[in-house]
Amino acid sequence: MRASSKLQWAAGFLVVLHVVVIFAGFIAPYNYRSQDRLHPFAPPTRVHLADCSGKMHLRPFVYGLKDSDQGFGNYVEDCSQPLPLRFFVQGDEYSLLGMFHPTLHLFGVDAPAQVNVLGSDGFGRDQFSRLLYGGQVSLFAGLLAALLALSGALVVGSISGLYGGFTDDALMRLAEIAVAVPSFYLLLAVRSLLPLRTGPVVAFLLVVCIIGFLSWARPARLVRGVVLSGRERNFVLAARGFGASRSYLLRRHLMPMTFPVMITQMVVLVPQFILAEVLLSFLGLGISEPFPSWGNMLAYAQQYHILISYSWMLAPGLVLLPVILAYHVLADALQEKLQLTA
Amino acid sequence: MTRYLIRRLLQALLLLAAVSVLLFALMQAAPGDYLSEQRLAGHMSPEAMQALRAKYGLDQTFAVRYFRWIASLSHGELGYSVSYNEPALQLLLPRVRNTLLLTLPALLISWFIGVPLGVLAASRRGGWLDRIFAAGNGFLLALPDVLLCLIALLIALKTQRFPAGGMSSPDLSDAAATVRMKDLIWHLWLPVAVLVIGALAPIMLHVRSSVAEVMDSTYFRAAEGHGLRPFTLLFRHALPAAANPLISLFGLSIAFLLSTSLVVEVILSWPGLGPMLLEAVMARDVFVVLGSVVFSTLFLVAGNFFADVLLYVFDPRIRVQS
Repeated sequence: MRASSKLQWAAGFLVVLHVVVIFAGFIAPYNYRSQDRLHPFAPPTRVHLADCSGKMHLRPFVYGLKDSDQGFGNYVEDCSQPLPLRFFVQGDEYSLLGMFHPTLHLFGVDAPAQVNVLGSDGFGRDQFSRLLYGGQVSLFAGLLAALLALSGALVVGSISGLYGGFTDDALMRLAEIAVAVPSFYLLLAVRSLLPLRTGPVVAFLLVVCIIGFLSWARPARLVRGVVLSGRERNFVLAARGFGASRSYLLRRHLMPMTFPVMITQMVVLVPQFILAEVLLSFLGLGISEPFPSWGNMLAYAQQYHILISYSWMLAPGLVLLPVILAYHVLADALQEKLQLTA
Repeated sequence: MTRYLIRRLLQALLLLAAVSVLLFALMQAAPGDYLSEQRLAGHMSPEAMQALRAKYGLDQTFAVRYFRWIASLSHGELGYSVSYNEPALQLLLPRVRNTLLLTLPALLISWFIGVPLGVLAASRRGGWLDRIFAAGNGFLLALPDVLLCLIALLIALKTQRFPAGGMSSPDLSDAAATVRMKDLIWHLWLPVAVLVIGALAPIMLHVRSSVAEVMDSTYFRAAEGHGLRPFTLLFRHALPAAANPLISLFGLSIAFLLSTSLVVEVILSWPGLGPMLLEAVMARDVFVVLGSVVFSTLFLVAGNFFADVLLYVFDPRIRVQS
């Protein structure tokens, strides 16, 4: 009972997060590339109910920023004009699911002020909006890379387990070699072979493909184990006795048996791959500006003055914490559940 | 004894050789090299390019180039760094030393802390201490290395108690050895702490689960019934019996530390293999990339071999088998 409720919570959180990220354009008040160069590193906007003179308002509102007398980059709130926080406002045009181009946003404020839930970066770009758009890259890069790695593992593992003999030996030795190299060093080495300066889409696909193609070995061994033991099960032997072909055996009997392993491996691999993408982009080898990824957003926090003065620049790193935690909880709960049913 | 170890050593060497061949093949199969990146700069004639290609042996067959590469190890080269204009090994060796300087203490410390804590958690199974440890481990496992490093850097910068990076203070090059040693340790503090925190959780979890398994066994209950002191019971009877999977994990934790140390080195600007590899990737300095990856594999393979040796020493069953 406890395992299943954990499972529901973790899965629910992840589903909500992915939906939020898919609808980033609607939920984010700004575009990922719209800049406010006059207000770099604006702190998280404070939402007020009481104005500067102490009068209460019914609608929450924000103030615009003006430079304080301590020089550029230090802000005080401009008390002259309270601007109410509005919901379902018109704003920047964005692309939704690649088909629609609406301009409606969940929330926003009127012109001179900006609402930066998590502050803004050095170009005055809204950190919250970029975080949502960056999630599209980071979360889905992990998911797609895991799908890729697992389909590779399924092919290699079932061939290895089904055919046995020399094929099996050769494939498993190859897997041993692939596992012997520390994964991130291998990742960087392969990255060095591919073009460094590419457009955002190509960079995304490159990152996904590298991570996916280099990680087939471990899950492939697991799949092979399942296929090997499944091959000797009585109903499989019976099917074989009736003259079932190898592809039929694989399709109807063996692949369905690998399903639990595949699901748990998926949940184990996705957070690893999310981190791998974040790290690649952090090091400047993944997704590049202006398109955000949690990695290249976090890269700004490497600079000492930014790290000290603008703590909100760490947000893309902090948001990783609940995501990975949720995946870990999900993995644990799944394993527990599968052990119970097995 | 010797037969088992020699067999393991040969396996390790074979694995290393196979990795190096495959990596070399991979590097050669890729389109483009240092010279083709230089072509983009547009100040070299095709003839000059051809001459350089011949000079660096880029026009030879794969086998010839691989054996030349390996053979160059005999005169301390392991290929040539085109961007530094120096033999790759000369560049890599000090970096390897620095990485070991960071990872070996971290490895030892994390095991020295992780094993007792894991045993403690196992002995209080289901208690509040165990639950606190479990929650803490869950948190640590979910904490990304990058974030941990940045937080460490932030602490260093805010408190000014720790150096914010590098591995020595600038004005100490001709100070006494003891002073320099102290300075080095002072610089080691933060990166080692980050590595230990990163490596601790898996160690604790594994120690806990394997010790807990032993505690369910009948002989352990019998020993308990004899009224042995809990300390003797846990560390003399439970831990050695639970050691087998842990020793394998010891080998694996080297791999884990290596991936973390890459990030730590880059963010806390520790002049180890990580920053060198990153720089070489950016500059397409093939042999430095190749060398770094081969060295990291060497660490990993050596770690696993060491684990095999330990296993032989600690597990009588393996001794009987061979």
